[in-house]
Amino acid sequence: MLFSPKPRTNSSTRPCGLSRSHKITLGGVEMLPDLSGALFIPEFRTLIVADLHLEKGSSLARRGVHVPPYDTRASLAQLALAIAESLPHHLVFLGDSFHDGEARARIDAADLAELRRIVAAHDTVWISGNHDPEPPADVGGRIAETLILGPLALRHLPGEIPAGMCEIAGHLHPAASVVQRGHRIRCRCFIGDGRRLVMPAFGSYTGALSVSAEPFQALFRDYHVWMLGGKAVHKFPAKAVR
Amino acid sequence: MADPAAAHLLRKLHTLILDELHALVTSKRGVLLSLAMSRIATLAPEMRRIGLSATVADADALRAWLVPSRNTPATLVMGKAGAAPNIRILDSVERVPWSGHSSLYSIPEVYGAIKSAKLTLVFVNTRSQAEMTFQSLWEANEDHLPIALHHGSLDVAQRRKVEAAMSEGKLRAVVCTSTLDLGIDWGDVDLVIHVGAPKGSSRLLQRIGRSNHRLDVPSEAMLVPSNRFEVLECVAALEAARVNAQDTEYPAVHKLDVLAQHVLGRACAGPFAAHQLFAEVTSAWTYRNLSREDFDKVIDYVATGGYALRAYERYAKLKLTPDGMWRIAHPRFVQQYKLNIGTIVAEEMLKVRIASVRKRLGKRVVTGGRVLGELEEWFLSQLAIGETFLFSGEVLRFEGLDEFGALAIRAPGRDPMIPSYQGGKFPLSTYLAGRVRAILADPSSWKRLPPQVRDWLSAQRWKSLVPKANQMLIETFPRADKHYLVCYPFEGRLSHQTLGMLLTRRLERAGAQPMGFVASEYALVIWALRDLSLMIESGRLSLARLFDEDMLGDDLDAWLAESNLMKRTFRNAAIIAGLIEKRWPGKEKTGRQVTVNTDLIYDVLRSHQPDHILLRAAWEDAADGLIDVHRLGGLLKRIKGQLVHRALEMVSPMAVPVLLEIGRESIYGEAHDALLAEAADQLIDEAMRLV
Repeated sequence: MLFSPKPRTNSSTRPCGLSRSHKITLGGVEMLPDLSGALFIPEFRTLIVADLHLEKGSSLARRGVHVPPYDTRASLAQLALAIAESLPHHLVFLGDSFHDGEARARIDAADLAELRRIVAAHDTVWISGNHDPEPPADVGGRIAETLILGPLALRHLPGEIPAGMCEIAGHLHPAASVVQRGHRIRCRCFIGDGRRLVMPAFGSYTGALSVSAEPFQALFRDYHVWMLGGKAVHKFPAKAVR
Repeated sequence: MADPAAAHLLRKLHTLILDELHALVTSKRGVLLSLAMSRIATLAPEMRRIGLSATVADADALRAWLVPSRNTPATLVMGKAGAAPNIRILDSVERVPWSGHSSLYSIPEVYGAIKSAKLTLVFVNTRSQAEMTFQSLWEANEDHLPIALHHGSLDVAQRRKVEAAMSEGKLRAVVCTSTLDLGIDWGDVDLVIHVGAPKGSSRLLQRIGRSNHRLDVPSEAMLVPSNRFEVLECVAALEAARVNAQDTEYPAVHKLDVLAQHVLGRACAGPFAAHQLFAEVTSAWTYRNLSREDFDKVIDYVATGGYALRAYERYAKLKLTPDGMWRIAHPRFVQQYKLNIGTIVAEEMLKVRIASVRKRLGKRVVTGGRVLGELEEWFLSQLAIGETFLFSGEVLRFEGLDEFGALAIRAPGRDPMIPSYQGGKFPLSTYLAGRVRAILADPSSWKRLPPQVRDWLSAQRWKSLVPKANQMLIETFPRADKHYLVCYPFEGRLSHQTLGMLLTRRLERAGAQPMGFVASEYALVIWALRDLSLMIESGRLSLARLFDEDMLGDDLDAWLAESNLMKRTFRNAAIIAGLIEKRWPGKEKTGRQVTVNTDLIYDVLRSHQPDHILLRAAWEDAADGLIDVHRLGGLLKRIKGQLVHRALEMVSPMAVPVLLEIGRESIYGEAHDALLAEAADQLIDEAMRLV
């Protein structure tokens, strides 16, 4: 038996596509989750992606863990597909876009060029995160702590929500699991109540934390999750997932 | 051997003895061992090698394995044959079930046999069977006989206690899995009962050898088939054991992930020249056909990951110095190697502890106590608090997880949700499968079968057909609103599952609208919406084309690309090859260990460098193991031009067992979205219910 590898047609590793069946509404604003983990707000023509963790692979490699150095490439390919789906004017990176302070120095030249191309084609905002308190300034776009879009405050770390506002945050990498017919299915997800939405991590090497874990319990009482399946987004109430 | 002092310590070694060699050579442990042997041979050229085995079919393979490649095979010394074993098959007064593996029908008779013996070993094939058999024996135990349980999930201390009690003669019976197959003799076992078919004749001989473990006294054994097909299998195994026929086991060879581990270990012991190490490695029989190109790829992988994108040169583990020697780049890689040595990659396990529940300030406080053993994480993670399961011979109530593992309290008298955790599933050996087909094909041999099984086969002959030994029978029939296709390859569950996946794809293309399939050890059933009998009769579906060998080409590739199976073998290869570190209990929390989920790595690597050496290693493992491609290939070759088809009005007697597995078996494949949608629909139903 010969080994006969077949490359896939495109180089994204996760499914892509906007869900029109399960919209998320926050502060009266309608938003469309994408299977890739991005979030599109038609009203503001804005696409949001959280926790890319670019160059996480090479960060591990420094310690002798030689995971494939293609994570940045894969994440950017994924991002390009999500952009092609929603055709936004504005692009918001919701923090932890770079895995660490030296990520910019390690990024491969071809990948950097692709990132610059994407950034230049949109009105881009980099929200700073705990992994990248000072995102690199030479990639293009603006840098901010918080971005206000109408009634929505966009920031990396979930926190106190000002009166009359709603929040979209990242940082926690939510995932939920459902048990059906003896199978446990775990997927990345959006988690939200009426005032706050935490987005899934977008990066190709980012792990995830179950919504039953302490940090989510501290933020949400009654909530819904929007799980990212292979072909569709599936919405569940808190009691149905772990 | 990874120590620089090893060369000095081992230089005068003169004899190396490998016991139970047949059990070693089939696994990656054996492959790693053969590499270690090639290293020792360089350090101690005078060393003599001795291999021991009591159950070996193909002695020549082991003789070649033991010595450096291209040497004359090791000398064969045959021991004196022992007394022939006394084996019988339980001729039950009860009805032997059509399907299933519980053997509950036989418990009174098994208990009776235990009562009349001094010390009985009750072997079963899986841990869940062990739990169930133990539980039922305990319920039947009116005489309060001391009966114990022994399997690999139980806490080591508990297992040692059972072993001690056995050797002190304090026990009357032990229900056990393969953990008691090999090794030391505990106690004076005078009867071995095998519940469920033994799956291979070597395994059977090894296990019954546990009773009266002396050459001059015959071993006493009883086989307890758990369903009708297993009766045939037990008869085949018994006849094989009578003539001392062994299953041929093929030594594992040429594992690239194991070689990567060995190369790093070699570098830990000191600098090496590539051409010298290549000569040493290819002197091992297992790597005699390794190409220099692959060897260099492995070195490149160990040094910098082996990626086309040369991103990690400055983070290299091995560096090539100007004198042409490879050296370890930093001492911390030595430590990393030592922590990750070995080829056994366990499922992620969690400890199960007895919990105590108290009320404090009106709140329920659960604290952990004594450790009972370990269970697979995936099994525990799908339990809800309050659900009960069978473990360690007790019914336990799940109380949740804490940072040390799972907590449970005893819940006697409750109905357990039966543990479905895996482990210890053996496929039917090729040799026994051939014997089973031969028994089936020869009605004159049926007189050796119990009457109820004989009647079953006669009814099959009457209603459908009993195939000849070289034929494969295919039956199609309608039932309820679906159409079924059942075939009987007798090649073990793994290769049947692969066949099922591939046939389903092909039937889909042929427009038959297949809905699902279930594989058993003996047969495969596929159901579809279209009338399969009609499609075959009208020539729209050609069975010869359907079962053609070419399914192992593109169809197999396309399926594997989407399958989760490859992710499992990739994880094993990635850990053995040292790409990511093993998880050490307690260390996950400290964050000192860096891990990325290997599924994510697999996806990225597959789309960006599909010819990477670890993907190749994973593919080869999947072909050997989980999907059993080699055996499936052999089957397709064997049945070419030997297909016999019967279009039936209704289900045939032989098809009943596999049809009964439908529904009991969990659904197969990657239908995650379908399950998620179903879960959501159920919630809607619940919400819309009026009462």
